[in-house]
Amino acid sequence: MFTRILTSALFAGAAAGLITALLQLWFVQPVLLHAELYEGGDLVHFGTGSTVTAHPDLPGFDAVRDGLSIVFTMLIYSGYALMLVAAMALAQTRGAVISARTGLIWGVAGFVIVHFAPGFSLAPEVPGVAAADVTARQVWWFATVIAAAVALWLIAFGKGWIAWAAAVGLLLAPHVWGAPEPDVFAGPVPTEIGALFAARAFGVGLAAWVLLGLLAGHFWSRETGESV
Amino acid sequence: MTTTTLSQSEARSILGAAVFAALIGLGIIVLTGHVQADTLHDAAHDVRHATGFPCH
Repeated sequence: MFTRILTSALFAGAAAGLITALLQLWFVQPVLLHAELYEGGDLVHFGTGSTVTAHPDLPGFDAVRDGLSIVFTMLIYSGYALMLVAAMALAQTRGAVISARTGLIWGVAGFVIVHFAPGFSLAPEVPGVAAADVTARQVWWFATVIAAAVALWLIAFGKGWIAWAAAVGLLLAPHVWGAPEPDVFAGPVPTEIGALFAARAFGVGLAAWVLLGLLAGHFWSRETGESV
Repeated sequence: MTTTTLSQSEARSILGAAVFAALIGLGIIVLTGHVQADTLHDAAHDVRHATGFPCH
């Protein structure tokens, strides 16, 4: 059983991770590199009185830096895939039908759990933004992801109003409590870049997870011999 | 495996395998996305930002 989970997860994670890495390199990386010009002080857009071009020359493909990004993206989505397929296997024992088609919904749920729920209060950070202590943010991030995971499981498999009410409470609680925030704003990066970065990070994240869910559902249904 | 009802022992073995797999997955996420060791942080920097993890 473990080998089958591992096989499905690694196939799905590696494939989804590779495609995600390419999407990130194409759509997110240029925004990040642009922000780093402000983070490092090469560009300044406040208080100079001069106009700064919104289209500076950006570094191109960097084999080491971007190669590492590809490897790490594949690793991250393989890690997520192991948890996703494990959850699929458990749900299957409770009567859930796992296929590429239903995998799409699992993927959207995964996006909500690990990207959208924490990102709702702790927006994807462009380099150079002011932020609270990293440990405090990581604790809040994990707490929010766990709460969202339990909440979506309750929505999907819970029975009755009490389960659904608990799910709503778990989804709201981290944001009512509030994410760790910086004491002062010190980010040198223009808001246009920060907003585009967050939007792109969410968009690529959604594509990644839909793909991951689809592939995980596909490989898992093949492993367990169910038709798609 | 078919869609028929599982026996207790089958369900328990699936649970064990699923928990083990999920823990390995969690370990990978912590290592790649959250550990602040300099080498790991620098190597994974762009991906951590793009994936929405809290970074530095």
